[in-house]
Amino acid sequence: MIGICSYGAYVPRYRLDRKTIFQAIGWMNPGTVALAKGEKAVANFDEDSVTMAVAAALNALCGIGRSQLGGVYFASTTMPYKERLNAGIVAGALALDGEVRTADFSGGLKAGTTAMLSAMEALAAGSLAKVMVTASDTRLGKPGSPQEMIFGDAAAAFVVGDENVIAEFKGSYSITHDFADHYRGQFSKYDRQWEDRWIRDLGFEEFVPEVVGGLLNKYGLKMEQFSQVVYDCHYPAARKKLNKVLGVPEGSEQDNLQAQVGHCGAAQSLLMLADALDRAQPGDKIMVVSFGSGCDALYFEATEKIQGRPTQKGVAQCLSEKMLLDNYTKYLVWRDIMPVEVGMRSEEDLWTRWSAVWRSHKLVLGLCGSRCTECCTAQLPAQRICVNPQCGAVDKGEDYLFSDKLGTIASFTGDMLAASLNPPAISGQVEFSGGGKMMFDLTDCNLEEVKTGMTVSMSFRRKYFDQKRDISGYFWKAVPVVEGR
Amino acid sequence: MATGIKDKVAILGMGCTRFGERWESFSEDLAVESFTECLADAGIDKNEIQAAYVGTNFDEVNVGKSAVPLSVALKLPYIPVTRVENYCATATEALRAACYSVAAGVYDIVLALGVEKLKDTGYGGLPGGAARGIKAHMTQANMSAPGMFAQLATAYSAKWGLPMDKIKDAITHVSVKSHANGALNPKAHLRKAVSAEVIKAAPMVAYPLGLYDCCGVSDGSAAAIVTTPEIARALKPNQNIVKVKALSVSASSGEEAMGNTWDGAHFTTTRVAATRAYQEAGIKDPRQELSMCEVHDCFSITEMVTMEDLHISPKGGSYEDIMNGFYDLDGDLPCQVDGGLKCFGHPIGASGLRMVYAMYEQLLERVPEDRKVKNARLGLTHNLGGMPHQNVAAISIVGLD
Repeated sequence: MIGICSYGAYVPRYRLDRKTIFQAIGWMNPGTVALAKGEKAVANFDEDSVTMAVAAALNALCGIGRSQLGGVYFASTTMPYKERLNAGIVAGALALDGEVRTADFSGGLKAGTTAMLSAMEALAAGSLAKVMVTASDTRLGKPGSPQEMIFGDAAAAFVVGDENVIAEFKGSYSITHDFADHYRGQFSKYDRQWEDRWIRDLGFEEFVPEVVGGLLNKYGLKMEQFSQVVYDCHYPAARKKLNKVLGVPEGSEQDNLQAQVGHCGAAQSLLMLADALDRAQPGDKIMVVSFGSGCDALYFEATEKIQGRPTQKGVAQCLSEKMLLDNYTKYLVWRDIMPVEVGMRSEEDLWTRWSAVWRSHKLVLGLCGSRCTECCTAQLPAQRICVNPQCGAVDKGEDYLFSDKLGTIASFTGDMLAASLNPPAISGQVEFSGGGKMMFDLTDCNLEEVKTGMTVSMSFRRKYFDQKRDISGYFWKAVPVVEGR
Repeated sequence: MATGIKDKVAILGMGCTRFGERWESFSEDLAVESFTECLADAGIDKNEIQAAYVGTNFDEVNVGKSAVPLSVALKLPYIPVTRVENYCATATEALRAACYSVAAGVYDIVLALGVEKLKDTGYGGLPGGAARGIKAHMTQANMSAPGMFAQLATAYSAKWGLPMDKIKDAITHVSVKSHANGALNPKAHLRKAVSAEVIKAAPMVAYPLGLYDCCGVSDGSAAAIVTTPEIARALKPNQNIVKVKALSVSASSGEEAMGNTWDGAHFTTTRVAATRAYQEAGIKDPRQELSMCEVHDCFSITEMVTMEDLHISPKGGSYEDIMNGFYDLDGDLPCQVDGGLKCFGHPIGASGLRMVYAMYEQLLERVPEDRKVKNARLGLTHNLGGMPHQNVAAISIVGLD
């Protein structure tokens, strides 16, 4: 049996109330008032599609040994690199290195489900036993546009494999149409779209029934057999109509999370799937339909193992940990839409030395330190000579992962002098459970809530962006663990 | 068997520029200024100097690498000139090298000079990340110098249970005292007395450090010419001789930053360097025996913690000493008698020698009554370069014959 073994969602902690957007820039396109309801999820200034994919993947691991992963697939239309495998960065952050198959899936918004299908086919062919499938997007609409209201940032991840399956993969049906409802050219920062009525009436209302009908015919199924129907469509009126046309059983339609997250691009249908799995019971049939340059329809059936599985960090928990952004300009600055004075200190030209990055990739991407085999002292970064003065053994360290350890804050400050897009720059010393200590940036928190002794978990973040050379540089930061905010 | 530096070297002359925003001066100009004062004080000819150690830290925004720009500026006649750099301990390291070369009997008369030109960056604070190296660019947290040192306060509060507002009271007193002392000193950068109310109301730089908890970023230079006590007495038969009693340096081992023992609320290096310095100088009770000190008050919290690490205030007990005025100019052990880094200013590569200069002019009673330390016999200077979790501490003790 092949299928989903585990899943995780990631919704960035910050939300922007759409009314806040409208109040700031609704004057430009008063018609967007119709969209000014609910919240959109906004990636922090140090997040992008890669870091969110890593966060979702770590949530999805949920006790599964990462060494079992034979592949890491990453789907997004907002990847930080055109050349330099983005999935390779995700794999590195998962401390997977070397013998692992990685691929980026991009182009259309159905890239997420296509990545999932490709992984399932690799499992079916027996060439891989476990694959991490991630999808993540941070699409931008221009200030004042409907897209700005509609889009949100989020990620989803799944461990798919051939054992301990909680949702069996039963089949799929795909269609491709070069239907350019939304597009971005190779140099575009912002989404462009054709008329809504055309997208809705011709796109959603013809293609979704086409792919769903294709799937039902192919496997001799009826719509009423499905307990959970996930399909990507952000138009409320079209959803109502489609539910009727498709014959979606009462209560089977899954929330598109438009009110809490917004449309998260290539991750949209998979985020909805992760949410649906939170509620699935053994025997439930689940349909997932993506939309964008065509459609993929996937068909799953929940197994007995979906009960009693370890608690996943799913959509519901992510939604409970939110913090509202207090103003619209912060969002504009974080997404590099509005230029802002960060101070001359920020203009210092710091090169990324790629040979040094490679030499340190286990540390920089994986947060891998060392543990002395003589005295068991954990140390970060890895040391040639053991840091324990009673030991001092030379070259006796073995790889030791810190990214999965919790820590406590031993000291902290909020720094107004350090150049940051989210001042004050909060940093602190983190003492890891199991030993080891390092000074880290703290993120997803306010200075007022940080205390010594507070528990933190580690989060892979964009450490810097070199505008001159178009480089996103990554490292780990500490995030205070705040349950049920 | 090594016997240490005590009484083997004498300071023949010293010089120190006015510290501050010296917009009119390059490093070379500042070096010439402290050097000429130093040479006149020593009463010797330039050609009698046999070797020189010059200290600069931020060479990237300064004179560039090597000792050559300074040997050229001072027109030193083809003698060995060596550039020394060790963060904020730079000038003390230059002095240490000069003293050791005299004590070793290699040279009779040696120059130590520190100089720094910081006010060509275009912004406040110290220059940023490039100086920290490529590893820092990849993995070091985004911290300015105040951000690093501010963390002493939160860790200290956690360690000793002293509430943050009490810490703020103590570090505010530290700054009030240094401003009062600096106001009396014509060579100091910041010469205005400031009230506790003003200090506490100032904008936050790095919690809990406000603007007045941070030292001046200054241009300046200081210099010393050292020789043997015999030569010093021969050249200056009618005055007191200031001798070197101890020179002590301790650099981090990595245990503070990466090990599991450091509490973040003290300087391991300072404790070690202080213990060794007292041993070298034959000091048994520094609280009783020292007449005065100049410590590394890059930030007010650094001074608060340092007074414990120098084994003067009890561990966890600097609050009482500070609030009781123990370190005030009229207190039992005046600290930052010239205004300290806080108000005299902190041109990194010059500060160590500036501190010794402050001790030197007190020991020789060359200061006006209003800022004179009574019965000054023995003074300690202390530098701390780097960050609390990874640094170098340098201590010198000088005293009268």
